[in-house]
Amino acid sequence: MLTLEKLQIVLDGFTLDADFQLEQGRNLALIGPSGAGKSTLLNVIAGFLPPASGRVLWRGEDITALAPGKRPISMLFQDNNLFPHLTVAQNIGLGIRPDLKLNAAEREALNDALTRVGLAGMAERKPGQLSGGQQSRVALARVLVQRKPLVLLDEPFSALGPALKHDMLRLVGDLMQEIGGTLIMVSHEPEDAQMIADVTSVVAQGTVTAPKPTAALFENPPRVLRDYLGS
Amino acid sequence: MIRGGPGYAAAAFVLLFIFGPLIVVFARAGGGTLPGPADWAAVRFSVTQATLSALFSVILAIPVSRALARRKFPGRNMLITLLGAPFILPVIVAVLGLLAVFGRSGILNSLLDWAGLPTVQIYGLHGVVLAHIFFNLPLATRIFLQAWQQIPAERFRLAASLNMSAGQVLRRLEIPMIRATAPGAFIVIFAICLSSFTVALTLGGGPRATTVELAIYQAFRFDFDLGRAAVLAVIQTVLAGIVALFALKYSRGEGFGAGLDRVVRRWDAQSAGLRITDAAVMILTALFLLLPLVLVVINGINGWAKMPDQVFTALWVSLVISLFSTALALVLALAIALAALHRGWVEVIGLLGIVSSPLVLGTGLFLIVHPYADPARLAFVVTGLVNALTALPFVLRVLIPSLRGSEKNFGRLADMLGLTGWARLRFLLLPRARRALGFSAGLAAAFSMGDLGVITLFADPGSATLPLQMYRLMGAFRMEAAAGAGLLLLVSSLGLFWIFDKMGRGDVDA
Amino acid sequence: MKYLAFATGLFAATAAVAETPVLTIYTYESFVSDWGPGPAVEKAFEETCGCDLQFVGAGDGAALLGRLKLEGKRTKADIVLGLDTNLTAAALETGLFAETAVSADYDLPVAWNDPVFVPYDWGYFAFVQNADLANAPTDFKALADSDLKIVIQDPRSSTPGLGLLMWVKAAYGDEAPAIWEGLSDNIVTVTKGWSEAYGLFLEGEADMVLSYTTSPAYHLIAESDASKTAAKFSEGHYMQIEVAGKIANTDQPELADKFLQFMVTDAFQSIIPTTNWMYPAVTPEAGLPEGFETLIQPEKALIVPADQADAVRDAALAEWLEALSK
Repeated sequence: MLTLEKLQIVLDGFTLDADFQLEQGRNLALIGPSGAGKSTLLNVIAGFLPPASGRVLWRGEDITALAPGKRPISMLFQDNNLFPHLTVAQNIGLGIRPDLKLNAAEREALNDALTRVGLAGMAERKPGQLSGGQQSRVALARVLVQRKPLVLLDEPFSALGPALKHDMLRLVGDLMQEIGGTLIMVSHEPEDAQMIADVTSVVAQGTVTAPKPTAALFENPPRVLRDYLGS
Repeated sequence: MIRGGPGYAAAAFVLLFIFGPLIVVFARAGGGTLPGPADWAAVRFSVTQATLSALFSVILAIPVSRALARRKFPGRNMLITLLGAPFILPVIVAVLGLLAVFGRSGILNSLLDWAGLPTVQIYGLHGVVLAHIFFNLPLATRIFLQAWQQIPAERFRLAASLNMSAGQVLRRLEIPMIRATAPGAFIVIFAICLSSFTVALTLGGGPRATTVELAIYQAFRFDFDLGRAAVLAVIQTVLAGIVALFALKYSRGEGFGAGLDRVVRRWDAQSAGLRITDAAVMILTALFLLLPLVLVVINGINGWAKMPDQVFTALWVSLVISLFSTALALVLALAIALAALHRGWVEVIGLLGIVSSPLVLGTGLFLIVHPYADPARLAFVVTGLVNALTALPFVLRVLIPSLRGSEKNFGRLADMLGLTGWARLRFLLLPRARRALGFSAGLAAAFSMGDLGVITLFADPGSATLPLQMYRLMGAFRMEAAAGAGLLLLVSSLGLFWIFDKMGRGDVDA
Repeated sequence: MKYLAFATGLFAATAAVAETPVLTIYTYESFVSDWGPGPAVEKAFEETCGCDLQFVGAGDGAALLGRLKLEGKRTKADIVLGLDTNLTAAALETGLFAETAVSADYDLPVAWNDPVFVPYDWGYFAFVQNADLANAPTDFKALADSDLKIVIQDPRSSTPGLGLLMWVKAAYGDEAPAIWEGLSDNIVTVTKGWSEAYGLFLEGEADMVLSYTTSPAYHLIAESDASKTAAKFSEGHYMQIEVAGKIANTDQPELADKFLQFMVTDAFQSIIPTTNWMYPAVTPEAGLPEGFETLIQPEKALIVPADQADAVRDAALAEWLEALSK
């Protein structure tokens, strides 16, 4: 269970308030206009930005002051999700152990993850030799081996074509089930949210609404969402 | 993030090494003596010539590096390496090379004379500035070239798709980069020129061109006034420190985004006019920088056979010292650069090495060491250390932007993966700084080869370095053999630079 | 067994080292260089002394004195070799030097009766030129009036540079500033040391360079090149007399005296002309090397007595800076 307790974020004169809980195993989509603070909220949860006030709790434990690497979180950014100078295997391996000293079992887990995302045999390539879709798969393989219970996606697939993007989201959905983790993803597209998110929060006008079931929300959108969807 | 601990320790070590000797000299002198009017004139002249030299080097480096950054032609890498040569030449070799071109009976005046035009006179403030440009234009060019390559290719693609002209690209993409880079380049060159002595005196044409370092010489040799020498050394350090703080303040430009390490293609600079301009800029620069070198090489070849064996023994001594001080410079610079990621002012400490007066530094170290050990025994360590400190600012100037770029683009990813300490260094910062490390190691190594190791108080008569052996040959009338040694020095310095730089480039991964 | 043999060898070596007394001589850099007198002197002296002669090189004469002042009573030097008469008074003031009984029948243009310092060579400062130079000047005034270009050394960083300062002062006294003003348009540039100036001259940057009357001998003897000569000035030429002295609290007083005595014998003196390119203080029995007879012989030897050197020097430097900074 993730708890955002009276969280207030202040950045360049702009404030964002969030105060809700997210149950374990849920897939949450954050939807809202650009500039509303979706990415900023993810960065606070991940520990890259300190909140002005309030707390972030995971399973009742305060993690507000923890370093990003110490949180139970994997995150994919909009870009630079891979180190271009390291091989695919190294990039994934860093998710297992930051010193890359892998034992046999860990190496096997790495290979399994590669196979799982459909990149078997590409372990020694460097990211520059891969297509955009393949690069995304490498990043997802790392999420898989990291086995962190909370996964944050900050639109990592926005550069991919629609078909490829849907493939990736489907893969994410599957992986989340395998891990049994909780997902929070930023999205612009209602379809993306509807595809894998069972709950959705609207980020607009300085607040994050509490998660509501996605289907119900889109059937009967509140005003802020109607404004955003423009229908 | 990596903690700054080792960086602060390294910075403290540098401070101790620079100010410790100074304090000892003050203590021995029983306090400072105030400089006289002649000394203040020396301060004024030092600042004037250093400002002009740095200003012109930076301004001229912009078109040169721009031409190099946007043109591909056979031999480009070779040219870039060769253009670095003046920077690493021993001063006297370079000055003789320059005079062979610009001197009274040099090529330029012979041509002017032949064409019936009035000849030009190189001696004076303009000569000092010209020589300093010759030494430092290559450095400034390399700094800018590096910065130019940090503008991601995607930006130029975007500019091309917007059909931006060369002028618009300059304004939107290049000027912000120049504004962020120029102050740093300026301060490094200013600091180098501030303590110039041999060049300023030889080409300045007389005592009008007295620099602070010469005033220190006078205080030390003539009057044995250690207190005045130390006060002058402090003035020199403080001057450079003030300028450094200003430069760092204004060099905080916005950074540039990531972009993969691909070759930068330019769509805005395809017109014939711009091609010709770039070609002209490169040819003129190459002529200015390489012609004196060619003459050094020709002289050297003539004297090669006259070189005694001792010169080759000295080559080994120099190589060992050079590698030692390169390793030291890199370790110190890396630690300081990591600390400078948190607190930018730490870099200023690294700058102090080149402005500290060798004479005062050497005297202080000598006073510290002498009661306990034979200074000649420590000659190796002290020379290596002093050379490393001298190279430190250049290494920092190259390394810090590289580390900063890595942190900016991949810092969050590394944080998320919990890459801290050694793992972060090994898997993120060092590999991404490989090019910068190779280049700066090359600089440090070549620099140390060419340095005279002015700390004569520590001289070990048995193991002379190559530059010292060259001076000894000159002192014994053997100018031709000295020219041969100069060529050997040029070749070995450039060779070291080339090897390290090449190691840094390696295979391009992206 | 092996270990024992090794240990015995080690002890023997230590004992051998302990038996050989070490004589430490501080001197200037070019003396110890492979092309200076140092190596030959060391070999010749060690053949007779049963000692280990060790040279320590430190810059030039002024740097040598500076180092001695820094070290003070703790100096390891037994002998300091390479000071000249411009420095001996200041050296004496340190109180570090001892008198010596060593003496010889010196072939110096001036009388020598210093109880502390023993001269080992000497020379005249002079402007060196190409032998074919037209209208070579015969005094400073003629040089100042000519269009000839000269390179000189800075008196603040170089021994010959200081020599020239003293030369003009000794020859012209109160008129010296006027001479310098006259010379200022002839001076192409002022260099840090002798090497740079001589290099510039050989590169053709100037018609004349400040050096020694003996410099052409190098070109003649070592390179069979007779194209260089020194200009003979009618005012006379300033002298440089190079000396050595014994450190008072040396732990090798006998050996030090032995060296100073050796220094004025043929074995040492015959090395000097073709390594230091100066006149030996005592002409060897075999005479000077062939070629030295071609050198110019100044009519008058100028020198400021050691005890006045400091005062003259400071005044002359001020005048020099004043005249050339205009």
